[in-house]
Amino acid sequence: MDAVLLSRIQFAMTVGFHFLFPPVSIGLAWLLVIIETFGYKRKEEVFIRAGNFFGKILALTFSIGVATGIVMEFQFGTNWAEYSKFVGDIFGAPLAAEGVFAFFLESTFLGLYLFGRDKVSRGVHLFSIWMVAIGATISAFWIIVAGSWMQTPAGYIIENGRAVLTNFWDAVFNPSTVIRFLHTIDAGLIAGAFMVAGVSAYLILKNKETELAKRSMKIAVYFGLIVSLLELFPFGHESGREVAKYQPAKFAAIQGLYTSQTGAPLAVFAVPIMPPPELKAKVEIPGLLSWLAFGDFNAKVLGINAFPANDLPPLFITFVAYHNMVVLGMIFILLMMMATYLIIKNKLWDTKIILRMFIWAIPLPVIACELGWISAEVGRQPWIIYNVMRTSDAVSANVPAGDILFSIIMFALIYLLIGSLYVYLLVKEIKHGPEPSIVKEELS
Amino acid sequence: MDLNTVWFLLIIILIMGYAVLDGFDLGVGVLYLFTKDETAKRVYLNSIGPVWDGNEVWLLTAGGALFAAFPVVYATVFSGFYIPFMLLLAALIFRAISFEFRGKVSSPGWKKLWDYFFGIGSLLPAILFGVAVGNIVSGLPIDISGMYIGRFPQLLNAYAILVGLVSLALFSMHGSIYLMIKTEGSINEKVQPYVNKLWMTTVLLYALTSFFTLFEAPFQFNGLLKSPLFWILFILLLVSIVLIPVFVKAQKYFRALIFSSLTIISMIGLTALSLFPRIVPSNIDLDFSLTVYNSASSKTSLTAMLYIALIGMPIVIAYTIFVYRIFKGKVVITKESY
Ligand code: HDD
Ligand code: HEM
Ligand code: HEM
Repeated sequence: MDAVLLSRIQFAMTVGFHFLFPPVSIGLAWLLVIIETFGYKRKEEVFIRAGNFFGKILALTFSIGVATGIVMEFQFGTNWAEYSKFVGDIFGAPLAAEGVFAFFLESTFLGLYLFGRDKVSRGVHLFSIWMVAIGATISAFWIIVAGSWMQTPAGYIIENGRAVLTNFWDAVFNPSTVIRFLHTIDAGLIAGAFMVAGVSAYLILKNKETELAKRSMKIAVYFGLIVSLLELFPFGHESGREVAKYQPAKFAAIQGLYTSQTGAPLAVFAVPIMPPPELKAKVEIPGLLSWLAFGDFNAKVLGINAFPANDLPPLFITFVAYHNMVVLGMIFILLMMMATYLIIKNKLWDTKIILRMFIWAIPLPVIACELGWISAEVGRQPWIIYNVMRTSDAVSANVPAGDILFSIIMFALIYLLIGSLYVYLLVKEIKHGPEPSIVKEELS
Repeated sequence: MDLNTVWFLLIIILIMGYAVLDGFDLGVGVLYLFTKDETAKRVYLNSIGPVWDGNEVWLLTAGGALFAAFPVVYATVFSGFYIPFMLLLAALIFRAISFEFRGKVSSPGWKKLWDYFFGIGSLLPAILFGVAVGNIVSGLPIDISGMYIGRFPQLLNAYAILVGLVSLALFSMHGSIYLMIKTEGSINEKVQPYVNKLWMTTVLLYALTSFFTLFEAPFQFNGLLKSPLFWILFILLLVSIVLIPVFVKAQKYFRALIFSSLTIISMIGLTALSLFPRIVPSNIDLDFSLTVYNSASSKTSLTAMLYIALIGMPIVIAYTIFVYRIFKGKVVITKESY
């Protein structure tokens, strides 16, 4: 195997593993902000205990997010040295900004949040979880700036074979930054909502700490309904429009549109077959794709056949990943709607089947996030910077394939270990449940 | 001072920040390998528990800033040091998660496993820091096109390993002083003898390294002795090294920590000064070296980044001090502790 393919595998594996954790960290941090703020205002013990309990899950998730994130920060240099030389002028700044504005903030205040409850006033403690959530969000912003610039580069010129920054803000707010940021953060909020709802559902089913669990579940469900709806509209929809406008080859691939046409149909369900590229057993809605992409049922949408074969991304994986993300999105909306209805009717606590569904739904948003990134990143191929630099030109020229293979195996083993331990410890923490009671004086 | 020099300086400051802050928590991790007592281990872990991640961010930010300001150096060094870097990353991963994982299961075997991960996960970065510095100081095989053409085993040469031992001893000493501040009673008494031994080791190894540098990388000394900054840093180094045992003896550990920090800062400062304006000298031909001029980003980019640094870093330093003050004093094990 050549170094390019190996480096792609390594990057996909390490970043894919890293991104199992940030969505939960981001989402849980914001849910803890809500829970702790309630606790602060109402001075009720249950909120403080709920904060403590979910705080432990945050700490566990966060620590692995941190451990795996360190790898990412250095991998551009180790594996994509030619890329790093080409884009350093632009790409390094957001990474540095992320450190300065975000990583310091979240890591410093997470320490304070987890260990400081007895050392600082309630106000400072509440402030610390706000800072963690804000820090995690700013961190997402800057890394997405970097990632989006690779998708829709802007604010630069090419000089002596290197990209050179001409306008900082154009590069930061390149055409896909804002919508990708919103879509990704909202995905994290969904992941957090399902984590809190699922864990609470478990406690309710086990008849443990039901008072605490019902309160948390209500917060998670109301919040989850809103963020799930927002993910479809406007964020999902706008993401699609952005791709249609700036990355037509990717759009054709994720939508499975093989021939350019006016009044293009939206494929709701299909099995992509290769070769020749075609969709089997399709369910289609005529004209809808044209409308979704350009707001006009008759607009012309470019299909796969409009692009040279060596400019096309892999078709199967992008189509499947994208469609499953959307299906999961619909499932989230449905689940949250049902739960909201049942809460209003005061029936949720006895509807065992729905509660059980929420337990099984805990990992689904994270899976949706992975699928989303796969469609975005694999859909960007064969370009590392869309229409500017090919992935095959980007790899480190001086690293032998054997060294990369070594590191792939090393990371695979480490991640297998960490991943299983994470699940094991998470389940253990959840089964253990919230700590019984904390000293009452704390509230005064 | 031109922008390129400013950025060289800023990155050196970030590396100094990393070495001073993560230096003591790596040192605590190294000493951790030598303690058997469960309470002592927990005190060690909790002495750095709330702050280690923030400390490590100095490294991440130095990496990000290097990428942004000197992308050619970032790309060349990181891909050139591929295997050592992967080992460093593995060590940092295990170290990062052992805090959370160790206490979660109460079986002795489990704890023991994570003790090793934590200890070795601290030892390896402490050594590799010096190994990297050693390799850079003695120059890398960089060809005319700025490409690293060496192989992995060359990186583990005797000189680089010697520098690795310096950083190991230095960080361990720094960590032992930190532990003197954070511990009390019998744990404190057990740490005490380490401080002086590690100080001696550091001084000896550093002297030895300086001597060998004369042969290994004589070009580092060209013109160095004429620079007033050299003498300032040199005197600062001597004074701070000498003051460490003085304050340790007087049991003024906080001051001793300040002077061990200044020792680290002046050592890094001297190294940086001898390198400048090169960042990575080439040992094939000095003219092929990567310098602050031939490997830097554009003016636009360096300026934008300067704003980021000037706005961001004072805020970071302010809340870092704020949080350190909250956690000052001796470690007390509570429910929330690791
Ligand atoms: C949308 C969000 C998002 C995305 C796309 C990424 N990350 Fe991440 N990362 C986070 C969101 C995040 C986060 C929420 O800030 C952390 C902190 C805790 C966690 O679980 O994830 C995190 C941790 C984290 C850390 C450790 C920070 C610390 O020590 O405190 C580093 C160095 C990176 N990341 C770097 C990267 C790189 C180089 C990425 C891309 C290739 C990347 N992350 C993708
Ligand atoms: C965290 C969520 C992310 C996931 C799950 C993800 C996923 C992937 C995948 C699957 C690939 C391999 C594509 C292929 O080779 O076919 C890839 C490549 C890559 N991604 Fe991402 N990505 C994420 C975020 C980012 C961000 C934010 C950046 C930039 C800062 C980025 C930069 C890259 C680079 C440099 C490559 C390697 C070159 C390439 O294969 O095109 N990724 N990513
Ligand atoms: C419900 C309908 C949804 C639609 C129409 C939709 C649409 C899209 C589109 C078009 C992209 C590709 C963007 C690009 O390549 O630049 C994308 C990416 C992504 N999606 Fe979705 N999405 C939906 C639901 C979800 C859900 C429920 C999640 C997770 C909880 C999710 C998470 C992601 C992530 C993490 C990415 C990668 C980041 C990005 O490129 O924005 N999506 N989505």
